Amino acid sequence: MATLIDAPPPTVAAPTSKSAGGGLGRYILIRFLLIFPTIFILVTLVFFLMRITGDPITAAQGGRLPQEQIDALVHQAGYDRNLFIQYIEYLGHIATGNFGRTISDGRPVIEMLAKFGAATLELSINAVMVALLVGIPLGMFAAHKRDKVPDAVLRMFAILCYATPVFFAGLLLKLTFSVGLGWFPVAGRASTTTELAMGRLAAPTGVYWLDALRSGNLAAFGDIVHHAVLPAVALGLLTAGVFLRLVRTNVIGTLGRDYVEAGRSRGVSEYRLVTKHAYKPALIPIITVMGLQIALLLGGAVLTETTFEWKGLGYQLAQYLTARDFVAVQGIVMLLAVIVAITNFVVDIAAALIDPRVRY
Amino acid sequence: MTINIDSASDRSRPADQPVLEIDHLKVTFATDGGDVYAVKDVSLDVRSGEVLAIVGESGSGKTVTAKTILGLLPETATSGGAVLINGNNVISVSAAKLRQIRGRDVAMVFQEPSTALNPVFTVGWQIAEGIRAHAGGAGGKRVSAKDAKVRAIEALRKVGIPDPEHRVNYYPHQFSGGQKQRVVIAAALALNPGLIVADEPTTALDVTVQAEILELLRDLRDKYGTSIVLITHNMGVVADLADRVVVMYQGDVVEEAPVRVLFAEPKQDYTKKLLAAVPHLGRNSASEGLRERAHQGSPVLVEATNLTIEYPGRLGTPAFKAVDGVSFTVSPGEVFGLVGESGSGKTTIGRAIAGLNRTTGGSLKVLGYEMLNLKERTFKPLRKNIGFVFQDPAASFNPQLTIGDCVAEPMIIHTNPSPAQARKRVAELLESVQLPASYAQRYPHELSGGQRQRASLARALILNPRLLIADEPTSALDVSVQAKVLELFKEIQAEFGFAALFISHDLAVVDILSQWVGVLYKGKLVEQGIGSQVMGAPQHDYTKRLIASLPVPDPDEQARRREAHRALLTQ
Amino acid sequence: MGTTVLEPKKKSLLNRLPVSSHIRQSVGLQRTMLLIGVVLCAVFVVAAIFAPVLAPYGYSQISDDAGSFPAQAEPGGKHLMGTTVGGYDVLSRMIWGSQTAMAVIVAAVLMSIFLGVFLGLVSGYFGGWLDRVLVVIADAIYAFPTLLVAIVMSIAINKGQSGFWGGILACGFAITAVFVPQYFRVIRAETIRLKAEPFVESAQVVGASSARIISRHIFSNATRTLPLIFTLNASEAILTLAGLGFLGFGIEPSSAAEWGFDLNKAMSDASSGIWWTGVFPGLAIVLTVVGLTLVGESINDLNDPRLRGRKAAGAKGAPGPSTAAAQSAIAANVRGL
Repeated sequence: MATLIDAPPPTVAAPTSKSAGGGLGRYILIRFLLIFPTIFILVTLVFFLMRITGDPITAAQGGRLPQEQIDALVHQAGYDRNLFIQYIEYLGHIATGNFGRTISDGRPVIEMLAKFGAATLELSINAVMVALLVGIPLGMFAAHKRDKVPDAVLRMFAILCYATPVFFAGLLLKLTFSVGLGWFPVAGRASTTTELAMGRLAAPTGVYWLDALRSGNLAAFGDIVHHAVLPAVALGLLTAGVFLRLVRTNVIGTLGRDYVEAGRSRGVSEYRLVTKHAYKPALIPIITVMGLQIALLLGGAVLTETTFEWKGLGYQLAQYLTARDFVAVQGIVMLLAVIVAITNFVVDIAAALIDPRVRY
Repeated sequence: MTINIDSASDRSRPADQPVLEIDHLKVTFATDGGDVYAVKDVSLDVRSGEVLAIVGESGSGKTVTAKTILGLLPETATSGGAVLINGNNVISVSAAKLRQIRGRDVAMVFQEPSTALNPVFTVGWQIAEGIRAHAGGAGGKRVSAKDAKVRAIEALRKVGIPDPEHRVNYYPHQFSGGQKQRVVIAAALALNPGLIVADEPTTALDVTVQAEILELLRDLRDKYGTSIVLITHNMGVVADLADRVVVMYQGDVVEEAPVRVLFAEPKQDYTKKLLAAVPHLGRNSASEGLRERAHQGSPVLVEATNLTIEYPGRLGTPAFKAVDGVSFTVSPGEVFGLVGESGSGKTTIGRAIAGLNRTTGGSLKVLGYEMLNLKERTFKPLRKNIGFVFQDPAASFNPQLTIGDCVAEPMIIHTNPSPAQARKRVAELLESVQLPASYAQRYPHELSGGQRQRASLARALILNPRLLIADEPTSALDVSVQAKVLELFKEIQAEFGFAALFISHDLAVVDILSQWVGVLYKGKLVEQGIGSQVMGAPQHDYTKRLIASLPVPDPDEQARRREAHRALLTQ
Repeated sequence: MGTTVLEPKKKSLLNRLPVSSHIRQSVGLQRTMLLIGVVLCAVFVVAAIFAPVLAPYGYSQISDDAGSFPAQAEPGGKHLMGTTVGGYDVLSRMIWGSQTAMAVIVAAVLMSIFLGVFLGLVSGYFGGWLDRVLVVIADAIYAFPTLLVAIVMSIAINKGQSGFWGGILACGFAITAVFVPQYFRVIRAETIRLKAEPFVESAQVVGASSARIISRHIFSNATRTLPLIFTLNASEAILTLAGLGFLGFGIEPSSAAEWGFDLNKAMSDASSGIWWTGVFPGLAIVLTVVGLTLVGESINDLNDPRLRGRKAAGAKGAPGPSTAAAQSAIAANVRGL
């Protein structure tokens, strides 16, 4: 649940005007190359941590099958060999996109990832939209009203957003809006009819509302949005609280700068000072830190999906965890690691692009 | 003087009516420790086309007064009295009206141009923001983005930015420091206000750049009849630009007089003391009457031969040469003054001698030790012979330790004294720097800036070093405090007899202390010689320019120097 | 200028304690928020310490002398907050849950402080290849969802199942793995900043050894923000623990009470309108985290001149030494706020 207020020291310093000419290109390249050690480290850590205390077959079937049978299975899968050799082999496999087969239902992990990844993507996009729409304007408003009542109320709101575990927020939303008021469905991504319609599409993206729009199926689109509201709000508010505080703190910081005072001394309105003069320079740290929130979001997605039976990676992860299917768990964790690494790369580049000192 | 026709026509006023009138201004701040009376009772006025300087040391209330003129005080401040601009009382007008006044009737130039410009917007956009914030034209309509840009280009042209059509799309970091200040002035000029408040407009700039900006401000006054309120602590700047001077001290106006009168015959004691404390180039020179370099004869303490110090470039960019082929020596007992503007490499040299920076080429021998390929272990025993005084007295003490602990540290490291011995020695040293021995129990933040710098000197001297390096030791201090610290430094140097490398950007300060002076420019030592000779008859072009740029605290002499400077530039 | 925390005066011990000194220097709304936080934290700590006295029943008790507890009983009568489907008393499990949460916080935070501070100081001061390697590893873990780190760790430690102490330790270790990179980053950044401070350089100039500089000059200045980091991370520890519990990866219900686990069991009740089994443990989590966050945020704001209440903002120029802003900015550089 990563939340920072100020930008962390970047691993690679963004270039400044001193290194003008090719500085940006070089920065992007170096920052891109840095993705690989990150992923490599995570792959390595996860592999050894998950395997150091035993093999996945024993973990999954231990006690359920006779020991000889387990031994045979373990031997057959090669889990009884030297761990380091298995590691090298594993690296080779994942480099070619082979994440192994799940133990509980014997499916290729990669297929499972492809199937459920889109649902998680959809939930994340919805939640980010909620978070941005709520967090940024309210954060600017709180900064503008700092230390006054609206600011205190918004800060309390932000703290509550963060302090409420996503599954508890989900529970409250369900109790109120589904069970109590009956406005929204209790769970799921879409009604059965829509699910079937989505399943029949020729080349689906897997993001339901996008598919519904592309196929012009407005009824399905309505149904999808109807289902998406509560999970998006539950997960979005968690991140919105963080965004709100992030925007507030950074805008307060830039509002105190000389250049804002300079704008004020030329008669620029307070509204414009907040939304332009203070907000844009604040964006550089804000974007960097927002990138790190992807981790918070994905962690939250696991819990949200479980809460709302949203059949994505997080939901599957919880299922596999219950089944102690650590091959599948490892695959999902790996994929999320890659997503996090790539998002952070994109975000860092975006932050660098906003800064004219980097561009020119 | 001419009034700018295109804008000032609707606001033209009788020449004798003041542009700004401050009447019994009072400003109070609410703080943790109760109310602070920043401005107690200030009354002054500024007439059209006049430059009024408000001078004072920190805490005098001069900056608060300046901010009040634009209504820029924070919400914690309460103000009383009246600040009248074109008939509007800035203190009591509505927020909307205040916004109209700002930029149109009065504008501000800030101290630090690099922070007064927003790094993520083009300078043209920033200037246009001010223009577009005001209804322009006859119908009171908003100014279109295109028109605003045209006017921004015009403003940039006025302040002498070359190729403004192109540069209007530049971001602040693409300009040099002096150009940035020009842009800030252009933004202030965009709506042709009758009054500009300039808060320490040249303090952050090098002295050669300062001369250009002062020239620009003078031009504005002469060409457009703009009145200027000049807030500054620098008496040379006052002598150069001001018509009339208001001296402030602790929130009150001490004295007000035309500039020549003030410098020639100050009436109040405070003003007299203040003027006496200002170093004046050519007076009190440490090398007065010297014909040849003093203190030669014994083996040198520091010997730099073709010294080169490079900082590695980032991401494969070429290395930056901070010091480039510099040769000099420092002999026992000698005070070597090293002057230069920012980026000249003066601090780098000082740090290299203390082993804080690595040298990358040539040779630097400190107490006979070759600093190229410095090994901390072998150099450590020599460190007790070197003292160092840092620029920022606030940051150079560990906030967690008492002054006594800090001062005793060199001793504890090198001689392992008993606590009683250490206490005794600390008390002796504090006495030498004219601090009460009881200050050993205090924490750094409980001392004033000047006191901290004395304590810093005590720490540097506790082991009786043979060499002292002082890196801008007085530049963070007020001028009266600076005078005392310099005097103390001089006395102690005579008493202890150490050699010193005195680093400063301030020629006058260096001249007061050093017999031998070196002038650095872009990493090269362009000239060195006996202080009074270098200052009096500079040989190198850069030194000539540097010395000519320095405003002296005497309006008549400064007027002559200004002419000489102009002549030098047009050669 | 109100930089009391930065610049220790010779005051009474009470005034120098982190939280109480902050209460003294706070004003208005900021003070209200801080006080609310302190009260919530106090309730949490009291509940954790006195759980055996305060809770009407044991955490795994499903019957008393009068017979078995009813399942899913509504709040009221013998069971003020009702009972769960398994017949547990909701109120009792809520109170016992604070004990579990506190044990995990203490275990996790203590372990991570030692490791994180040590690595941060060494890595930041000496730099070099060790620093680079540690930074890349810490950044990789740092950018990763903490919940997943915790899951992987608890699989590694005990394959995801255990009793009270085993569970506490497993959760503690899992959360430690999350926190070490954070402490590391904060302390390292502080160390690097302090290393360039003139007071550290002046120690270098006089020939102080690295050990002396780190222990005497850097350590005490770099670790000033630890109380703040502690409160912020404690709240995150609770959320991570609850997340693990919710996924069934926490502590078995028979060996301890754990709020997240109870919420997991309550999810299926929700659709049938049984609210009390979920709402109460959920509220316990929210209030505890709110309390800790309020305390942490207030400390952070009070340390940071940029964010301090305006009443405190000084009249002249830059308030306090330049280090103040940088210091607390780094304090804010903690995850979990």
